[in-house]
Amino acid sequence: MMVAKQNITFEVYRYDPDMGREPRYDSYQVPIEETTTVLEALYYILERMDGSLSFRSSCRSAVCGSCAMFINGMNRLACRTQIVALNSREVRIAPLPHLPVIKDLVVDMAGFWEKYERVRPYLVTTVASPDKEWLQSEEERRAIEEAIDCILCACCHSSCTMSWWDKGYLGPAALLKAYRFVADSRDQAGLERLRLVANEDGVFRCHTIFNCTEDCPKGLSPTFAIQELKKRVLWKKLTFQM
Amino acid sequence: MIYHQVIVVGGGLAGLRAALEAAPQVDTAVLSLVHPVRSHSGAAQGGINAALANMEACKDDNPEKHAFDTIKGSDFLADQDAVEIMTREGPACIIELEHWGVPFSRTPQGKIAQRPFGGAGYPRTCYAADKTGLYILHTMYEQVVKCGVRVYDEWAVLSLIRDGDTCRGVVAMHLPTGQIEAFQAEAVIFATGGAGRIYSNSTNSHICTGDGMFIAYHAGVPLKDMEFIQFHPTALLRTNILITEGARGEGGYLVNRLGERFMEKYAPKAMELAPRDIVSRSIQTEINEGRGFEDGCVHLDLRHLGREKILERLPGIRAIAMDFAGVDPIEKPIPIHPGQHYTMGGIDCNYHGETVLNGFYAAGECACVSVHGANRLGGNSLLETVVFGKLSGARAAEFVRGKASSQGDAKAVERALARVVAETEKLRSADGNEDPVSLRLEMQKTMADKVGIFRTKQELAEGLAAIQALQKRYREIRLNGRQKRFNLDLLRSWELKGMLDLSEAVVAGALAREESRGSHSRTDFPKRDDVNWLKHTLAFHTPAGARLGYKPVTITRFQPEERKY
Repeated sequence: MMVAKQNITFEVYRYDPDMGREPRYDSYQVPIEETTTVLEALYYILERMDGSLSFRSSCRSAVCGSCAMFINGMNRLACRTQIVALNSREVRIAPLPHLPVIKDLVVDMAGFWEKYERVRPYLVTTVASPDKEWLQSEEERRAIEEAIDCILCACCHSSCTMSWWDKGYLGPAALLKAYRFVADSRDQAGLERLRLVANEDGVFRCHTIFNCTEDCPKGLSPTFAIQELKKRVLWKKLTFQM
Repeated sequence: MIYHQVIVVGGGLAGLRAALEAAPQVDTAVLSLVHPVRSHSGAAQGGINAALANMEACKDDNPEKHAFDTIKGSDFLADQDAVEIMTREGPACIIELEHWGVPFSRTPQGKIAQRPFGGAGYPRTCYAADKTGLYILHTMYEQVVKCGVRVYDEWAVLSLIRDGDTCRGVVAMHLPTGQIEAFQAEAVIFATGGAGRIYSNSTNSHICTGDGMFIAYHAGVPLKDMEFIQFHPTALLRTNILITEGARGEGGYLVNRLGERFMEKYAPKAMELAPRDIVSRSIQTEINEGRGFEDGCVHLDLRHLGREKILERLPGIRAIAMDFAGVDPIEKPIPIHPGQHYTMGGIDCNYHGETVLNGFYAAGECACVSVHGANRLGGNSLLETVVFGKLSGARAAEFVRGKASSQGDAKAVERALARVVAETEKLRSADGNEDPVSLRLEMQKTMADKVGIFRTKQELAEGLAAIQALQKRYREIRLNGRQKRFNLDLLRSWELKGMLDLSEAVVAGALAREESRGSHSRTDFPKRDDVNWLKHTLAFHTPAGARLGYKPVTITRFQPEERKY
């Protein structure tokens, strides 16, 4: 079914700290078709209406994680959000909430990456590697199937209410990364991984509000991963292994 | 001014691999236009080739057979010594990736699983579902974090610093602030990716604008074999998003409007798994001759694979087909057509990444070693990034260790910085009558229409004239974004100049090459001509445009033969 061309009003957050003006929303009328995405509309604005607009994008196929932004009340990837599916005459776009704004829709991700680095985000092996690959059964591989799909777009990080008020909280993306290695049959970091997250800035700060899971554009559940980590931590504590 | 012994430009797989090799030996930093995990390597889907012989069906495979398939796939334009090195290094590089944590899909015995790919004699493509590039890129970045390699992200490199015949560093702009800075170095490695976005119908990310290629070209380093542009057979209708060759590797069919598996006419043995140049020409022929569907596509049909296999092996392209074409491949065929996908050509270098400029190296898609010749096999680009990333990183580190530091002499660096700052400010305030967006669209359409899958002298001549006219009009452009911070208009307008020059090199090479070889298919010269054209094209940048030269192909033990599949 083809939807006839129509004009949609885009309200886009604008802010350039160099200009000494308060943030504002600019309004643009963009003609769209059935399949037009929010990212395509932003390019339309940049190319034909306002060359000073700033936003991040790259792959336009929901794999690079660049274009996460706050679109009609939810964190989404602009590239995989079809405007018709928003079912609204108006599209309101703001930068990811609770992150410092560099310009317009571009946010400062330094805090996000700092948390990522805190969970030792790499495979740790303690015994000598074999000449060939580490063997891993298909079933063991399935245990990490979901966690490895994270594209680090920060939709979850920015929607997590616990991350808003506790700046030290690792947050859903870093904890999902931690779980990715805890669940990997090849990883030999053992208890050390759990110690990194078994504290008030780690898994126990999660209050299972599920914002992260709801906003994940890849359909992942950081909440599930965090609960799995909690379970493992609890078991180790209860059995005096930790 | 910032100083590192080695500066790697590009945060994709080739760049990160180069940095991981050099960093333990010498002070190394990575400059990247985007955060490394945003790089286009992450969009690679189907897999990475290496003769691991991990499955019953490929137990007789070996690097030599991999080399032969690659060379035959290249239509004998690849340099055979480089191909042999790549295929020999392949298995160890894959094992290294696995040891770093890449979550490869597994065989029932727990080994790295391998799937069939186009032009390969055995299932040789190691894969991780259909998100192999994403997983390798994230794993490689994890290693960069582990090793503490310094990464400067969101820095757009604007120029090489050249001091006589020596490279002294780069000048770059920090996008978030607009600040322009010189990075002095003893060695610079470019791993900046391809130039797909000179075409309107590219599968590539928005960032694939060929920056490193044209920066090197403008600095006097020749480009090689630029006329060889790969069109991937299966780009999604409308958006041109890649649908992996792995879909055919897993058994997918290509079907025309009449319901025919038409590949049996073109490649009766290999069918859908013929090399990409052949499959793309076949699809385009079906469409041109009226056997495509009405919106100019054919169908990639996966339904017979069944729900379970699609969910396990091809979940990524299922999501893409659903999100961007409204089609669930479990229930309906995917509408596809060929789309620009890869630049076989690039910065002229050898298998150490060395170029004509001392201390300047290239690796990955921006480089032309050449291992892909006139047509790259699927699964060989990821392999190229890790093998030649590693080798160029090693060679650059060796070069730096063997020379005296030039940190005290900054004259050339300061001159370059002053020049780039002046040029950038001039561009920022450009106030002519030409809209850079229109020029960009015209360039992309010209390349797609005149320099596409099938080429003729007349169309190429028209294309060259059109690109040259755009180059003239570029001098009169007008910018709309004038701010310092994250100025996309400035970045894109600056890139446009280089993209036009790259386009010119592509068309000029294609117009001159009067034969058909691999991806370069001249309907007016339908045969390969080894007597006159078994040679690499070189393009040199001059004020008057691209000047062409040629150099021989290295042949070791595989004599050119007819390509049949």
